Amino acid sequence: MTPFLQENVVFREVYCFLGGNEGNASWCGGDGLLPGGFEWAAYFAAGFVIMFILVNAALLGAAVFVWSERRLLARFQARRGPNRWGPWGIFQPIADLLKLIIKEDIVPNAADRLAFTLVPIIMLMALLLSLAVMPFARNTYLVNLNVGILYIIAVSSMSTIAIFMAGWSSANKYAMFGAMRGVAMLISYEIPLVLSLVGVVLIVGSMSLVSVVEAQTVPFLLVQPLGALVFMLGISAELNRTPFDILEAESEIIAGYHTEYSGIKFALIQAAEMAGVLAASGFLATIFMGGWSGPFWSGQLGAFWFLVKLAGFVMLFIWIRATFPRLRIDQIMAFAWKFLLPLALINFLVTAVQVYFFGFYQGDVPGELTRNELWIMAAINIPVALIAIGIFGRFSREKVRVPEPVFQNIAPSPRTMEVD
Amino acid sequence: MYGFGLAKGLMVTLKNFIRPPFTIQYPEERIPQHPRFRGEEFAWYEERCTGCASCAKYCPLGIIKIVTSEGGRSPQEGGHYDIDVFDIDIGRCMFCGLCVEACPYDALFMGSGFERGRYERQDLVITVDELREAVKKPSTWFRPQLEDSGYDPHKDSALDWRAVGREKWEWHQREKAGARIKFRPARVGDKTQEGDGEARS
Repeated sequence: MTPFLQENVVFREVYCFLGGNEGNASWCGGDGLLPGGFEWAAYFAAGFVIMFILVNAALLGAAVFVWSERRLLARFQARRGPNRWGPWGIFQPIADLLKLIIKEDIVPNAADRLAFTLVPIIMLMALLLSLAVMPFARNTYLVNLNVGILYIIAVSSMSTIAIFMAGWSSANKYAMFGAMRGVAMLISYEIPLVLSLVGVVLIVGSMSLVSVVEAQTVPFLLVQPLGALVFMLGISAELNRTPFDILEAESEIIAGYHTEYSGIKFALIQAAEMAGVLAASGFLATIFMGGWSGPFWSGQLGAFWFLVKLAGFVMLFIWIRATFPRLRIDQIMAFAWKFLLPLALINFLVTAVQVYFFGFYQGDVPGELTRNELWIMAAINIPVALIAIGIFGRFSREKVRVPEPVFQNIAPSPRTMEVD
Repeated sequence: MYGFGLAKGLMVTLKNFIRPPFTIQYPEERIPQHPRFRGEEFAWYEERCTGCASCAKYCPLGIIKIVTSEGGRSPQEGGHYDIDVFDIDIGRCMFCGLCVEACPYDALFMGSGFERGRYERQDLVITVDELREAVKKPSTWFRPQLEDSGYDPHKDSALDWRAVGREKWEWHQREKAGARIKFRPARVGDKTQEGDGEARS
């Protein structure tokens, strides 16, 4: 048995309750229920329990998120939102789900049946896989991968494939438009997204999310303001949230890549999208806000602190969605390449220099940056972030040429107008 | 500064977030209606109605059906026609209120209700029995005398037929008794004061 499973609270409890000290599991307190030779059953049951909790937590979390998003969006628009079923309408997602389940599950005649059916599965799978490395509290994670951050980025990029499969297999021009837009956008946003995390990796010296949390004596939101900003915007684009939702723009291309989906397939796609926001908020909280560590009782109340931070980021996502209109594809691309990418590179450069001077890599053994060093970095990085945003905001301003007026003697000669 | 507009936009939505919602939860709470609201279930006072059918003639849609029969006494003796049928097909009514304008005896008033969802078209016809039994809360539309006394159909209780006329009930009593009227409300064309009356006419 691998050591990281022993650290997992749920796994250890279930395994020891069933299997006990049988076999080579000397870290259990006493004997378990099952006789010797059945450790594999205990192992299996413990794994199943974890899967069960994780999958259901993700889907229930998606349901709760759907409800809270509808309520909060309504409040942002001075409405009330769903409030009929249950207190504050809290059972609304169940009603939605029931409606979607009893709807006809349509597969278009011209569709590529296999790919069409695989899409919701792949989307949900990408999401659930990315949750595997998320530390919910101390010693409460499925895996503590030493390449956790890389793993998240790799796994969450799979949804791009699912989106393209959806567009291609639907045999629908709107779905195809949505998928093409989506692929163009998502691939562009991968680059700043990955680069924004490099600073964190440099500071921590490890890609494991658990060590990221443990290294955060100062929240990385302060130490890496540019990285946090770029990651936040990049992940917002990856999630197809509103300022970047060109791939399912209702007013342009019906529903984008999931135009042809209905019934339970549509429900799964929606669930994956919604739970994706939760996962993104969770990663933001873990990487930039210190995960389970809180002002006090980080060990006991770890899950609570984590949920508070996650809820804060979810709220921020909903707030952004309620505020900003959809961007054009060229604006989105310009934003990624002219604004986010330089910022991510500046962040990378500045952090690398700082880490070098604070002697992190002096000698072969990586040490940890102390609290004071992190505060100094924060004091340097926040002004750097403001200056960089100002400079690159100015550079990436779009020049719109106003068409030449017909009557030259009345209107002034051709000019350019600056548009933010 | 780049991004300042974004922050401003966020503040706008935040302001809306703090504001109480505008939604009115309809079955539980209602928007306060104006007393001159022209609604369904007309308030009809049989005691005032002579069965002249002016309302039916003035209705631009022809949806009022009145059938009268002679009552026991002749009109000279103060009797009037009995109204046997007074059907208003509210499914086709456009609530213009011309029937109310046409009524010379202040017998017909607009109602103040707006909830008459029915499954059958014939259920939308208001019959004479329904009009008789209805709680009579007349809308003050085209009946300013109701507003003079500060009456509001949405707040006050039902009005008696004596209370809804243009003249006071005492005026009617005296008129009936054959008494000369010393004072009556000034009307257009009256020559109560010299000069003033001419100017009006």
